[in-house]
Amino acid sequence: MSTAASRLTKDQLAARIAADIPRGSYVNLGIGQPTLVADHLDLDSGVVLHTENGMLGMGRAATGDEIDPDLTNAGKVPVIETPGCSYFHHADSFAMMRGGHLDVCVLGAFQVSETGDLANWHTGAPDSIPAVGGAMDLAVGAKEVLVMMTLFGKDGRSKLVPELTYPATGLACVSRVYTDHGVFEVRSDGLLVIETFGCTVAGLMNSTGLALRDGPRWQSEHAQVVSHSGADRATPRAVSPSATPGRG
Amino acid sequence: MTPSPGVSAVRHVEFHGSAEAALSVVRDSDTILVGGFGMAGMPVTLIDGLIDAGPRDLTIVSNNAGNGEAGLAALLKAGRVRKVVCSFPRQHDSYVFDELYRSGQVELELVPQGTLAERMRAAGAGIGGFFTPTGFGTLLAEGKETRTIDGRGYVLELPIRADVALIAAHRADRVGNLVYRKTARNFGPVMAAAASTTIVEVASVVETGALDPENIVTPGIYVDHVLDRSASTKKNRA
Repeated sequence: MSTAASRLTKDQLAARIAADIPRGSYVNLGIGQPTLVADHLDLDSGVVLHTENGMLGMGRAATGDEIDPDLTNAGKVPVIETPGCSYFHHADSFAMMRGGHLDVCVLGAFQVSETGDLANWHTGAPDSIPAVGGAMDLAVGAKEVLVMMTLFGKDGRSKLVPELTYPATGLACVSRVYTDHGVFEVRSDGLLVIETFGCTVAGLMNSTGLALRDGPRWQSEHAQVVSHSGADRATPRAVSPSATPGRG
Repeated sequence: MTPSPGVSAVRHVEFHGSAEAALSVVRDSDTILVGGFGMAGMPVTLIDGLIDAGPRDLTIVSNNAGNGEAGLAALLKAGRVRKVVCSFPRQHDSYVFDELYRSGQVELELVPQGTLAERMRAAGAGIGGFFTPTGFGTLLAEGKETRTIDGRGYVLELPIRADVALIAAHRADRVGNLVYRKTARNFGPVMAAAASTTIVEVASVVETGALDPENIVTPGIYVDHVLDRSASTKKNRA
């Protein structure tokens, strides 16, 4: 396990996640904080951004004359095209998600359980208006679901929990949880701490109340999240062979 | 060829210069699909026309439940909507819906976005329902039939059929073939097939043959009425 001296800012966390996204991946970034990850993706890495409203090859936010009301991201923010982009309708866009064609998605969360259940759509409060959007489709569909969140809520409680208390978005769907205090991998035998930022595993066990294992941060600079085995792919892509231990 | 007695003429696409004329088929209590994702692809002229046309007790199926005071929000505010079927009603400027929902004046059926699209696709494709992993084990699957297929949990979802679809496209030709622009395509092609009557507003109408057949996204078979915005009196779209 590697460590950093202090907890990460949102931007540092976004950069940390971006570093784990393999070259050539098809990636969906959820609305809110996960969109920050785009700022840290190397444009030459061949990563292709998917936006659920019907586009592959989405570019950065549009400015000035680039703004076109017919071209927005999932957060309804105007964006630009990149060379090689494509458009498709909503049923195709979600077939792409549900059908397991996206390599990685990054989502925000209210809570993640130690078995990888995700809650990010509804607080369950009686006066709240539920809104789900594409969260449930992404949770079940992307090959790897990465969560980006603060480890503790405003009330100081851990958002990484033994069992969800908020309504679930998807069950056993999260691969990794990236937080300001550390990175956690969801394994079938429990949570593994891959990295800590300004704290220790013992400290995290104390503050979260969870049983955590100290995991190796295997590899060099770029841990590979996505396993491109090739077995389930029609066309091999230029992704370096995965040395990543399998999930679970 | 002269048709045999009792065989009526094949229906053709009708072109209109006003929203009022294009919307004459809409009735009270209709289920209406409304295209758009945010403002991209939103058939604003048709929605404004629907407010003027006055049908009530509508069920609206759309991704969102209105923003600000225009479009769907204005239709909601006018008290014409009984029920909203959508994936993402809550937005920073969805206050019209929020208030109606909280005061019990509008019913909400919340549907995951991909399931919403696929339920309409199923309706248009003649599919009686489908099993999807989306939502399995969540509140949104409560009361629905589930099945385990190859070790994975799935939820049965049924088609959403509608009386009318209101969508926006970029161009139509004279047989109703449609092309869209960028992400404004969104729900348009799916909704066009899922409704008994599809009404499209387009930025312009071109002569038949002017659209490359390889690039047509919605074939004219799905289109019944076209409102040519370039021919209609320009309305204030603010």
